[in-house]
Amino acid sequence: MSEPSATAETVFRREWGRAVALVARLTGNLGLAEDAVQEAFAAALDRWADGPLPRDPAGWLITVARNQALDQLRREARRSRKEEAAMRMLGERDPPQPELIVDDRLRLIFACCHPAIDRGTHVALALRTLCGLTTAQIARSFLVSEAAMAQRLVRAKRKIRDAAIPFRVPADHELPDRIGGVLRVVYLVFTEGHRASASPRQVRGELCDEAIRLARLLAGLCPDDPEVLGLLALLLLTDARRPAREAADGRLILLEDQDRSLWDAARIGEGTRILDRATRLRRPGPYQLQAAIAACHAAAGESSDTDWAEIAVLYSALGRYESSPVVHANRAVAVAKVEGPAAGLAILDELRGDGRAEGWHLLHACRADLLRRLGRAAEARDAYRAALALDPPPAEREFLAGRLSELPVPSPKG
Amino acid sequence: MRYLCLLVGEPDLEGPAPGTPEFTQMLSDYGSATQAMAAAGVLVDSGPLQPAGSATTIRVRDGESLVTDGPFAELKEQIGGYYVLDCADLDETLRWAATIPAARFGAIEIRPVMMMPEQA
Repeated sequence: MSEPSATAETVFRREWGRAVALVARLTGNLGLAEDAVQEAFAAALDRWADGPLPRDPAGWLITVARNQALDQLRREARRSRKEEAAMRMLGERDPPQPELIVDDRLRLIFACCHPAIDRGTHVALALRTLCGLTTAQIARSFLVSEAAMAQRLVRAKRKIRDAAIPFRVPADHELPDRIGGVLRVVYLVFTEGHRASASPRQVRGELCDEAIRLARLLAGLCPDDPEVLGLLALLLLTDARRPAREAADGRLILLEDQDRSLWDAARIGEGTRILDRATRLRRPGPYQLQAAIAACHAAAGESSDTDWAEIAVLYSALGRYESSPVVHANRAVAVAKVEGPAAGLAILDELRGDGRAEGWHLLHACRADLLRRLGRAAEARDAYRAALALDPPPAEREFLAGRLSELPVPSPKG
Repeated sequence: MRYLCLLVGEPDLEGPAPGTPEFTQMLSDYGSATQAMAAAGVLVDSGPLQPAGSATTIRVRDGESLVTDGPFAELKEQIGGYYVLDCADLDETLRWAATIPAARFGAIEIRPVMMMPEQA
């Protein structure tokens, strides 16, 4: 793809969510909105494949998509009075919102995360409608077939239409019940962009950007909710490391090996300020804790300056909110940094006999690494093998297999 | 848009026993909820149902009427009543359904009624 086209694609895809959201709100039909934006997007790439981009790409995309959708509705209205009624309802559909200017993307994400929609489909729906990922791309990251994912998305969109799930931001008194689901999805969209998956680097970067945009909108909506601020801080502080995360060949660079001069200082500054604001509200929570951990890393000019003791305390606190392999493994790593590998192993040994923990490859990998550092090669070998047997993702498998092969070969018994 | 709200009693949850002050309060809550919905113009119809023992099921197969005693399916859960509401969207319906006591003592299933072209 030629350079100008790649830029056009990025510029227009950035406006994808807003266009879908606005047209969905106008027509009350998410499927129709998606199709209309898809066509407008294709037309945009066609028109601006070479040469300078329009002054207002958002306006162009929205206008074309909206006209496309309304044309489609008019065509269908000739066949069915139902669509005619839908068009008439355009004026009445939305009861006036107190804040006159509400970003349509907020309306859309609250709709995608409505409790009446199957909870397992919220993220997929957001990735499709707000971020413009294809069904195939989403299916790959969920490790399901494209047909299965298409069916889930269709079912969700049908539910929105048939049950008349509205495109609106919940009223103030409803927000506390609904905000958690939305934060979860925004976090997952960012994670999708952040981790090594099947999507190309450009797309993954756009997902992180979109997640941060959504987190900013949520922070504007709920400026006094410390967890909302915590999420935004977390995303900014994590995304700050993006320029240093990947080698030219796509290989992931571990945090401790990253060139910190490449970290985005502006993102770090902003993330830290927002975390401070959250902390002052004195209502701790998991997103704030994760942000604080990211801030610890960001504050260290060199890997060796990292305040691992503080990180260990933070992971311990986080463990009280969620018991996940990532939290346990990271706490073990932090403790190992402060007190040595044996102490880290002791943390992991607390989980011995926990059936669920035995199924987490990350924990076996972590044990393997600590055992390796203690020179207990035979046990390390067993642990690496246990991790590999649990079928980790390709990038991790490569890493683990590499470590396994570097272990000293057992000497023949004399 | 019309929604049918089916009031369902859940087997593990016992509502207040008849004769208790809690029962009287529940009846009163039903009354005020229904009145509020009527005043808001969203109530189309509502009613309590006689228990499942009073049910009769009819099926016609090959021109022959088969009438049996009891509900269409043996469920642990009992359908105890219904509301038909006319609301702008699902959220409005959910807000009203939350005020119906059955939501606290059991569950309320909310089903959109299909809009026929003539009703649009």
